[in-house]
Amino acid sequence: MATKSLKAQGDELAVSNKQLEILNGGIFADGELPYFKDKINQIGQFPLRPKKLEVLQINVGYMCNQVCEHCHVDAGPDRKEIMTRETMKQCLEVIKNTGAHTLDLTGGAPEMNPHFRWFVEEAAKAGIKDFIVRSNLTIIRANKKYYDLPDFFKKHNVHVISSMPHWTRGKTDKQRGDGVFDKSIKALQELNERGYGMPDSELRLDLVYNPSGAYLPGDQTAMEKDFKKALKEDFGIQFHNLFAITNLPIARFLDYLIASENYEDYMYALVEAYNPAAVANVMCTNTISVSWDGWLYDCDFNQMLDLKVASKVKHIKDYNEDILNDRNIIISQHCYGCTAGAGSSCQGTVA
Amino acid sequence: MADSYYDPKDLRKFGKITEWSEELGTKFFDYYGKVFEEGALSAREKSLIALAVSHVVKCPYCIDAYTKDGLQKGITKEEMMEAVHVGAAIESGATLVHGVQMMNKYNKLSM
Ligand code: SF4
Ligand code: SF4
Repeated sequence: MATKSLKAQGDELAVSNKQLEILNGGIFADGELPYFKDKINQIGQFPLRPKKLEVLQINVGYMCNQVCEHCHVDAGPDRKEIMTRETMKQCLEVIKNTGAHTLDLTGGAPEMNPHFRWFVEEAAKAGIKDFIVRSNLTIIRANKKYYDLPDFFKKHNVHVISSMPHWTRGKTDKQRGDGVFDKSIKALQELNERGYGMPDSELRLDLVYNPSGAYLPGDQTAMEKDFKKALKEDFGIQFHNLFAITNLPIARFLDYLIASENYEDYMYALVEAYNPAAVANVMCTNTISVSWDGWLYDCDFNQMLDLKVASKVKHIKDYNEDILNDRNIIISQHCYGCTAGAGSSCQGTVA
Repeated sequence: MADSYYDPKDLRKFGKITEWSEELGTKFFDYYGKVFEEGALSAREKSLIALAVSHVVKCPYCIDAYTKDGLQKGITKEEMMEAVHVGAAIESGATLVHGVQMMNKYNKLSM
């Protein structure tokens, strides 16, 4: 189990150029596997273009209390990148003026940003329909100062989306660290006690499942059924939906794939599972992702590869929806992850 | 020419068997696909059966494929190993039950 980010280890994969070199070279440059660009060109979807903006995803920092093995953000306690209040104010301006109905706060552990609560309070006033916080659950039990987060979430009607790799302790702890399972269970119970995740409750609690290894997620509906049954029977826990997400070959997951000699097989599996019907709904088509320092990206994955939007407008301070919407989305071979099988986005399957 | 009988990469080429006999290959894959659909048995149960059978028929490709399939379906390693034991128990039982035939023959031939 890793205890430090790739960045803190000085690993060469911490550099986005190195990752892109791998994604664009090797089996793709050899012609063994087709480039994503060529694949979507065959169905007339290249260049990939955005539709109406619906989701503003804001990454408020890479600091995290966990160091999950598969993390595409390469987040961890040693990451110091944190969104300032100044940048948050620029985001708030945009939130007030944009037509986006969903605000999606992510990280790292977004709760670790010192301005997190202030930002949630301010943003909640803007009348966003769906206000998501991607909470890793353990943060709620990490330290006393976070114990009241469930109440805070409830007060602002925050939609909580949390990762849960498996309903068994062994698999969860292997991917996310020792003790994560027990803390996550406790946090879920706390959320349930506040009314989160109950069948008729408006307090939304969804779980995200992503595979703990070099394989693709199974059928989302079947997985949801299994998760619900096991969590209910074993711990009395309830939640609304399960989103099955494919791991994209970026940062620590890419590092794992290469170190375990699974990279080629995994890319083969992604390409083989390519589903043209998923292309039209990949999340970059209705989302803009903002980084901790205010730069704009097509998605959180492109953010980690430092592929800024191909537009005159590249920073939140210059935000202009019309100009931004007239852009081509930047793609590379990691995009196969979004179009494999039933497709994968931050909200699960898309096809 | 490969210098071993089994190459894990060959599994990726399984679909190519249709190239030498399109009709039969396609019929096989249609049938195969249908068998593994959710039915009276769940896809999860079918995956575990397939894993057990893979061991019994000792097919390394199928073992790889259904271990991965099990992971994809959230099947735990304990469940997978139990399935393999079910296969092994039936397989050894099937060997041993022929002991009755041996005993019958022995008795028939003996005074
Ligand atoms: S996957 Fe989430 S919880 Fe795990 S290290 Fe990354 S940001 Fe933190
Ligand atoms: S990785 Fe990003 S850019 Fe590529 S398809 Fe997925 S959402 Fe779109």
